[in-house]
Amino acid sequence: MAEKVSLTIDDIIVAVPEGSTILEAALRAGIEIPHLCYKPELGLSPTSSCRLCLVEVKGARGLVASCSHPAADGMIVRTDTDELRQHRRMVIDLLLSDHPHDCLTCEKSGACDLETYAYQLGVKESEFAGELVRVDPIQDGPAIIYDQTKCILCGRCVEICHNVQVAGAVDFLGRGFDTRVGLPPALPRTESVCAECGNCLDVCPTGALSYAGAQGQGREWEFERVTTICPYCGCGCPLDMHLRDGRLVKVTGAPGAGPTRGLLCVKGRFGFDFLGHPDRLTEPLVRRDGALMPATWEEALGLVARRLGEIKQRSGAHAIAGLASAKCTNEENYLMQKFMRAVIGTNNVDHCARLCHASTVAGLARAFGSGAMTNSIDDLGEAEAIFVIGSNTTECHPVIGAVIKRAVRGGKTRLIVADPRAIELTEYADLHLQQKPGTDVALINALAHVILEEGLEDEQFIGERTEGFEELRLAVEPYTPEFAEKITGVPAPNLAEAARIYARAGGAAIVYSMGITQHTTGTDNVLALANLAMLTGNIGRPGTGVNPLRGQNNVQGACDMGALPDVYSGYQKVADGHVRSKFEHAWGVSLPDSTGLTVVEMMEAAAGGKLKAIYIMGENPMLSDPDISHVEEALRGLDFLVVQDIFLTETAQLADVVLPAAAFAEKNGCFTNTERRVQRVRKGLEPPGDARADWNITCELAGRMGYVMSYADVAAVHEEIAETTPIYSGITYDRLETQSLQWPCSDAEHPGTAILHKDRFTRGLGKFHPVTFIPPKELPDDDYPFLLSTGRILEHFHTGTMSRHSEVLGRLVSVGAIEINPTDAHRLGIADGDPVKVTSRRGRIEIAARVTERVTPGTVFLAFHFREAPANRLTIAALDPVAKIPEFKVCAVKVEPAR
Amino acid sequence: MDRSILEGNPHLVLEGMLIGAWAIGSEQGYIYVRNEYPLAVEHARAAVEHAREFGLLGDRILGSDLCFDVEVARGGGAFVCGESTALMASLEGKVGEPRPKDVHTVEEGLWNKPTTLNNVETWANVPLIIRNGAKWFVGKGTKGSKGTKIFALTGRVKNTGLVEVAMGTPLRTIIFDIGGGPSDGVPIKAVQTGGPSGGCLPVEKFDLPLDFDTLAEAGSMVGSGGMVVMDERTCMVDVAKYFLAFLQDESCGKCVPCRIGIDRMLEIITDITEGRGRPEQLDLLQELAETVRETSLCALGKTAPNPVLSTLHYFRQGYEAHIAQARCPAGVCRALIEYVIDEEQCKGCGSCLRACPRNAISGEKKQPHVIDPNTCERCGICVSECQFGAIVLK
Repeated sequence: MAEKVSLTIDDIIVAVPEGSTILEAALRAGIEIPHLCYKPELGLSPTSSCRLCLVEVKGARGLVASCSHPAADGMIVRTDTDELRQHRRMVIDLLLSDHPHDCLTCEKSGACDLETYAYQLGVKESEFAGELVRVDPIQDGPAIIYDQTKCILCGRCVEICHNVQVAGAVDFLGRGFDTRVGLPPALPRTESVCAECGNCLDVCPTGALSYAGAQGQGREWEFERVTTICPYCGCGCPLDMHLRDGRLVKVTGAPGAGPTRGLLCVKGRFGFDFLGHPDRLTEPLVRRDGALMPATWEEALGLVARRLGEIKQRSGAHAIAGLASAKCTNEENYLMQKFMRAVIGTNNVDHCARLCHASTVAGLARAFGSGAMTNSIDDLGEAEAIFVIGSNTTECHPVIGAVIKRAVRGGKTRLIVADPRAIELTEYADLHLQQKPGTDVALINALAHVILEEGLEDEQFIGERTEGFEELRLAVEPYTPEFAEKITGVPAPNLAEAARIYARAGGAAIVYSMGITQHTTGTDNVLALANLAMLTGNIGRPGTGVNPLRGQNNVQGACDMGALPDVYSGYQKVADGHVRSKFEHAWGVSLPDSTGLTVVEMMEAAAGGKLKAIYIMGENPMLSDPDISHVEEALRGLDFLVVQDIFLTETAQLADVVLPAAAFAEKNGCFTNTERRVQRVRKGLEPPGDARADWNITCELAGRMGYVMSYADVAAVHEEIAETTPIYSGITYDRLETQSLQWPCSDAEHPGTAILHKDRFTRGLGKFHPVTFIPPKELPDDDYPFLLSTGRILEHFHTGTMSRHSEVLGRLVSVGAIEINPTDAHRLGIADGDPVKVTSRRGRIEIAARVTERVTPGTVFLAFHFREAPANRLTIAALDPVAKIPEFKVCAVKVEPAR
Repeated sequence: MDRSILEGNPHLVLEGMLIGAWAIGSEQGYIYVRNEYPLAVEHARAAVEHAREFGLLGDRILGSDLCFDVEVARGGGAFVCGESTALMASLEGKVGEPRPKDVHTVEEGLWNKPTTLNNVETWANVPLIIRNGAKWFVGKGTKGSKGTKIFALTGRVKNTGLVEVAMGTPLRTIIFDIGGGPSDGVPIKAVQTGGPSGGCLPVEKFDLPLDFDTLAEAGSMVGSGGMVVMDERTCMVDVAKYFLAFLQDESCGKCVPCRIGIDRMLEIITDITEGRGRPEQLDLLQELAETVRETSLCALGKTAPNPVLSTLHYFRQGYEAHIAQARCPAGVCRALIEYVIDEEQCKGCGSCLRACPRNAISGEKKQPHVIDPNTCERCGICVSECQFGAIVLK
């Protein structure tokens, strides 16, 4: 705790930590000082340019800007004298003198700071003639409009863009009275680094920056505001929905709240057109004579209950499987796994976590005893070194990407990026280790080798808190940097240097994502990272840890809720008799004891005829799973397929019954973000037509199959979760109303856990697992000479069910493209934008080429969002033997011009 | 004056900086000089090169532990970069804009390191002070302002040029004794000191001693050492307008009072000089000028109202004449004056007719000429062409 200073503001004595500003001290004393350029909620530093916040400080030479001036002991401050009011009136008058007085028709009216202060200070109209700037508003991207006439040049947008988002896209142009804000004037919009995150919209105090999609759609007092959680990636950004007449008009960040403090990315701000989209499912559909036809809920649910009952009767409970959903709430996932286990009687329940972080759950549980992000998002700012491996953070977890960039910009954090592609973060990195895809174990083992070779390990930590060190030492012995260079392609000196940066830092954090997990060696990769962290004692302290970034808004929650074939909620093993009898008691049925099928195994079993029916809640395996030709064959071969979703997805089109579900904005519940933070999802809209919340549907179905699932509301479901799930037992809806909580949270007083494994590992001692390099399953050869990696891009998400229904996102990126190195492109006679044929042993797609040095020669990269050219027609369903995660990151393809 | 020192004796400045470096333990110095002064840039660079050749800059100077080097950085024509934090921002390659000085530059300045910034003349004083002792230096000047100061004396005096005087020398001594009094026999009206954002002082104040505090109290400043002498042919409202226009152009635009405030002051004064002034505008102008002075972020904005405030204070009648009588007593503000030809004096020589750029003058040879007031744009060329003093203000 920093030392306190005590000062007197308007006769009130207030004590604040040293380093606080006068304005912060005043706020603490309950005194408001007007300010236009300052906006501390989102982490903006003061620029002291509006001069509204000036105060009188006894003994000071002249007036003092309270937003930037440090509070000092014994200071005597006046914030509201006649002279100050006179100056403030004059400043507002000056701003109004060249500001259009069209508040009657301004989008910002009611939420405009200039308007507020003009009202408070009684500035009715400007006393000056004033020279109005007359230029038309500029809209150079799909979403953001800049009206220079309303810009007061407070600099908040510049500040957030440069120093908070660390994009550096907009800046002041010109000088003096002609100053304005803009993108580099000589460059086309598409060349600028603006990612259209729109955080500038949230900080603009006037109507100068506004969202094109909300023009004329209502003003502040007409909106109902509902705070909920973003449904895209695992960052878990709280957002405010602005609702009017049953429609979502716009989304703003929820300032100061949650892990991301109110920052949003382009998807989380503009990606919501899907909610009111005309293609939404509004009524149940039932297949009749080969075609899906509208039906009543009565018919549809009756049919599902009857058919599942028949199949269970005829082929046994294990002939049925269920897919829960990382997009649905904790409550819905809990009920889905309960439905499969208690009603159907099988552990055949899984969800798309299998495709992203199954290896994390498996690996970290083995090494530490708990398969989740060990530290917190905020915590990354405290690391002296960050090692990002296999995570294109700025595109896939944009708000966390900004946290990393801020840390590096702050000057105290060194960044190492290991990625086969030259992703954006490499521009910020001290070192870029550009490894060949699928060679991570060799790379990480080499780092461990150097650490041991140079005596950089943390002997005390190893001795007191771990086991299995000797095995590790032997295992990494052969991995000299020179040996690893041969496998990974990373120069040996760079490997050694990375090891030194990581090991010598006071605190070093590992951040990883699908580049690590989506391999046949995914679990090994994760174990290798865990080894590295334990070797250097980088666990259990701020600014350290092994931090998998979860891909979906609630993939953490869906795992926590036991939507996995081997565990109940809270990772309680189905194979454990104790646990099983606890759940049997809680649910009042006897439960199966055999571990169920994983996602890819389900498709295998379906293709092999062993699985007869699948009930899918909110997943789209027809685009998300590897080798989708095979998936299609499997799903078509089923006796019965039920899909519950918000759109008629590629998967739903194959279903026998389609059940229309409510989207995130249309229901209550909780999501758990990547840092184990449980946050409330709140209903702002009614579902379209007859669509229902997923949890209602599951309960209804259970009832029809003879098992009563009766809950008054989602809070009641949550109570049951807390009762049966120790890591969630202290989390209640009452508490979540005003805060968010990170599990484990054991009782009503427990504050939640920001850092795991502080004094002891969940499993007691941390366990080193020796791992050795195994090449990927399918490498390039003469027939298929390119190595294909797949992943995400910033503007779209997964199978596009949400993002591809957004106008803004669609205008930013409308079609997919395959990234190919200029050398390869030249050799094949392919120019940027040319259509190419991409063929693997499993399928072929046609897509445009993007010629770029982001990828190395011999590798190509595809995003998997685009149904027109599905990347997963090409990928291989080779599995990690432990986690059963498919190797999305490596397969062999050939690329040819398509003309 | 700073320019002349850099052009004429840059080694004096380098020596001062070396002494400063030795005193505070600095290893790197910078000379920030306007690129518009090419000779100063060239000579400063040459001096640095020579000093390096002689081992007076660089590592282990003269075998001592002192390591110090100097870089000559060129400014890109922004007046505001004379402000300390803007200057440092510019040196760092950033936009030359000031920042709040809650943390002083001596604690966190250039590249966030402690920085001492002094102007050229100050550094040039240092070697002399070290050589001759502090007593020698403080033997000149006043209690609050020690030593000497160089002024750039210009305007309507007989002798113009750089003048070094002891601090505290009365203005009258400089203007009348050194400057030799009015250049054209027209009585002197005022002196403007301190550069563009200085103030104007009337003749009645000429006995004030020239030092930092006295000038500031009187509403002007020593500032850059500029000193412009004006005679009765000068319109003080026009002078205020001239300097405001300069400052409006040089405002960086960061803070509101300076960016918009100067513009609005200029607007009001322009109204006044063009006959659209209203009596109540004088109070508004005063209030606005005070707000700009009290609330601006940096010294540029804080001093920008000086030309307005000092002329409003000392020459208010001039403003009132412009507003109440639509008259410019000094005959400068074009919109408010009209030239006529005195029939008695005009010989009809035609020289004014030939010189008029607008062809506004007509008349037969040897007959009195006339000026068409609608065409005339009051440039005053005809007045200077007429050998008979026939063209006068109406």
